[in-house]
This record gives sequence, C-alpha cells and structure tokens, in this order.
Amino acid sequence: MKTLILTTAALALSAGLASAQTVRLGTEGAYPPYNFINDAGEVAGFERELGDKLCELAEKTCEWVTNDWDSIIPNLVSGNYDAIIAGMSITPEREEVVAFSQNYTPPSPSAYAALSADVDLENGVIAAQTGTIQANHVVDTGATLLEFPNPDETVAAVRNGEADAAMADKDFLIPVVEGDPDMVFVGEDIPLGGGIGMAFRKSDPELREAFTAAIQTMKDDGSLNELIIKWLGEDSPRF
Amino acid sequence: MPIQILHDTARHPRHAGRDATILSCTDPKTLEGLHWLACYLTTGKHMAFYASFGTVLLLLAVTAPVALAFGFGGAMAARSHFAPLRWFGQGYTAIVRGVPDIAFFLFFVIALDQAIEYLRHKVRCPDWDQPIRQGSDFVVCQAAKMPLSTSPQWVHETYGFAIAVFTFAIVFGAFAANVLYGAMRAVPHGQIETAEAYGMSQRQSFWRVLVPQMWIFALPGLSNLWMILIKATPLLFLLGVEDIVYWARELGGSKTDIFEYPHPDWRLYYFLALLVFYLVLTRLSEIVLKRITHRLSRGQATALGEAQRKAAA
Repeated sequence: MKTLILTTAALALSAGLASAQTVRLGTEGAYPPYNFINDAGEVAGFERELGDKLCELAEKTCEWVTNDWDSIIPNLVSGNYDAIIAGMSITPEREEVVAFSQNYTPPSPSAYAALSADVDLENGVIAAQTGTIQANHVVDTGATLLEFPNPDETVAAVRNGEADAAMADKDFLIPVVEGDPDMVFVGEDIPLGGGIGMAFRKSDPELREAFTAAIQTMKDDGSLNELIIKWLGEDSPRF
Repeated sequence: MPIQILHDTARHPRHAGRDATILSCTDPKTLEGLHWLACYLTTGKHMAFYASFGTVLLLLAVTAPVALAFGFGGAMAARSHFAPLRWFGQGYTAIVRGVPDIAFFLFFVIALDQAIEYLRHKVRCPDWDQPIRQGSDFVVCQAAKMPLSTSPQWVHETYGFAIAVFTFAIVFGAFAANVLYGAMRAVPHGQIETAEAYGMSQRQSFWRVLVPQMWIFALPGLSNLWMILIKATPLLFLLGVEDIVYWARELGGSKTDIFEYPHPDWRLYYFLALLVFYLVLTRLSEIVLKRITHRLSRGQATALGEAQRKAAA
C-alpha cells in the first residue's frame, strides 16, 4: 500500500512538472469548414490546422477535446480544457466571462439561407444556433427565432419547412447552398461580431499572450491568409 | 488511411477463390453503390459509432449492480433504528428522487468534479497563494487537475465514464431504495415472527428470512427502473461521454462536399437503427426478467410460487 501511494505521488509530481506544456483545446466539432469530425473520427477543418500551427509556434503540446456548444464556456471556466477554438466570434457579452486572443479571422459576414428568394426575413421564422451572435441578431430584427443546439439542425429545419430561413456565418452556409440546388442566399450579407478569436480563462493571461503572439506571427508571414483561402474560400475576408 | 475489407476465407474455404475480393476505399468520391456503402459504413467515425454501443452496454452492466447496491444501502438506512442513519436514508431517497435528472446531471457532476479537484488541490499544492475562485473561473494548480491535463485522452474518457456510472448509480439508487424499502415491508410479518420464535437474532432474521423473500416483491419495481435506465443513456453526452444517440445525430446530419462521404440528412435511418437496438434490448430484458421471476417465485407464498408448487407435486 505504501509503495502504491508513493508511486502515485511520484507520478503526480512528475506529471505536474510536465503539465505546464500541455494545452487542451476545446472545440465543437460540428461547424464545417471551421471545425468538424472527419470520416476518420478526428477533429478536422480550418481551426484544426490553425490550432496545430499555433501550438507549434507557441511551443506547446496540444490536445483536442470536443464539447457541446451549449456548455463550451462553463467547461472552460471550470478548467476542463484551457482554450476554446470553435468559430467563436468576439462579442462584449462573452468578454464579460472569458478573455479572447486577437482575432484570427476578420469580422466575417453572416447570411440567410432559404428555399426561395422571397422569404420575409423581418416577420418570418428564422432558425439559428443557440447562444450565437446570429441568434441575437434574429431577435433584434423582430423575426421569430427558432433555436437549435447545432448548426446542422438549423439547415435541416429550413429543408423540412419548420423555419423560413437559417442564419449562420456565411462561410458555413456557402458549401450548404452550393451543395443543394434548392437553397439560395436571401438578402444582404450582415457583418456581425469582431471576428473569431480563441477564448481563454481570464485568470490565464500568459497562455492568451502566447497564442495572441502566435496569431500575430501567422498574420505577418501571410500563412494565416493561406489557411483562410484553403478552408474558407477566395471570397472570405482576409487580413 | 485506406481501409480494406477482406472476406474471412479461413472460415469459408470453399468460397476462397470466388469471394476473396479486396475493396479499396482510398478514393471514396469515385466509388458507387454497394462498394461506396461498404466503405462508408467502415469509416473511423462509424467504428466509433459501433464502439459506442459497447459503451452503452458496459455502462448498463456496471451501473445496474452499483445502483442496486446504493438502493439496498439506502433502504437499509431508511429502516434503521438509529435515527441519524434513518434520516440520511430517507433524505437521500426523497431529495434525489425529487430533483430533475437533467439538473442533477448538469449541476451535481460539475460540483463533484470541482470538489474532487478542490481536495486534491489542498493536498498537492499547500503553498498555492491565489484564490481558487477568480470571478467565474475555477482555478486549481496543475497537479490537482482531475485527470491531469497531460493524461492521454483515454484517461479523460475513463474518468468521464466513471463519473457517469457514479451519477447514474446515485439517481437510480434512490429509486431502487424506495422500491426495496417497500419490498422489505411487503414480506409477511409472520415470517419474521416465526424466525424470531426459532431464536434468530434481528440480524439473522433480516439476512436469512427477509432479504431472500423480498426480491420477488421488488422485482416489478426494479424491472421498471432497468427499462428506464436503458433509455436514459443519452444523458451521457451531458457528461462528455459520446453515446449512440450522439453518434447517430452526428453521422446522420447532412454532409457537404468537405467530407469524404457527402450525403443528405440521413438522421431518420440512423434513428431507426437505434429504435431496433432499443427494442431488441427491451425484448431480451423481458425474457431475462421473466426467468428471474420464475426463479425467485420458487417456494414463495405468492400466486406464482403456489402454482409452481402444485405443478411439481
């Protein structure tokens, strides 16, 4: 028994020393092309490639974790992972709870997708993902908001007639609309939020600084723009 | 990674020549029909889906006995002659049965996790001078993290699974405690009196007479709990354990061209598969429960026990 306790203590101690380097990255895994679970069952997408590159630049060992969007901030602040990298736009409401790195995409437009071009966006039923800037925007326009836990279900709601249109980041909707001849973009693109950033605990400024510096490096050498073109398309705003 | 499906030629030597086709899944976009489907159904993501059936079955297999033990303890405590223990038993069944499952799973688990980390923090990092609560942040030293952030992913998953078993056991144990408490009272009082007349102590009459006879009265209530437990597993995802319902939703959702195997919304088919799984599990449970009922009725003063006695005579 004594050896067992000693071994455990020794293990814990050695792990404690090494753990300064390991960063757990929390993502949703349901928001292509930003982050999704690919057919091999691994996290993939724009943010996977970006996150891996940033970890390399910041000289950290990173581990990917998926978490439901609804509880992604509570699990960050209670310490189940160390950063959120999940297509999360920088907004003042979120900044009250978490601290963001500098943005790694410029403020990008949101858009409406629907089955016909003459949908009433002011008075109709609009589907959006719970707890997103788009959901807030739909409420502000006065339309009826229909909330879903993940973005895929907002599009499904439009297809089966439950909602008149779905509102989401345009980068998410482009492949959806291109892949479905019945779907069209409706109305003007709407710029929302201050771009996408990584979220950290407020009590963790060193980690945030390390990643902000790594993002700056990628902005300066142009590699971030290359990633944006590769995953989000030529039309997506760049730095 | 290319996935190859090799027919098991060893088991069917007669067909070895004909059936030893090798399917290659290197470029899914060029595949068609059944070949495409075979590759699609064997992706890493689908393997995770199939494995999650095992996760659910394992959870049921582990949770059921643990919950039963919690229930037995709760029922014994509620019957105790020692007042504080009795209050504890009655309080446990009353409170846990009253709290909605989803609130319990969200609140209790985060509280439990933080309590464990808080205790580890006090032991491992006595020199820590910063507050643990900083605004909304819960901050403990790295060595107190449970599991450690350096641990491989499977440790995190096992920890999540253990927390899930524990939480399920507490919730279902409270219901089982009430069922067992009722069953203990349903055993005819004459049986206990007779046992005591034979000179058995209270402990002896409890273990030798009451407990063996109460199961038949507890069984209907316990079988209800088992059926509810089978269907409660989607609560697992609240704890970060990916169960069959999570994967069915994830795999069934429409997939754009960014995926190797794009397809429209197929959630209906995946949920139909789950329906079949749950119905099969329910049917199997019914068969097993029927057998247990027969086994437990033997020699009992119940209608079924009496019928068995007459048939044997």
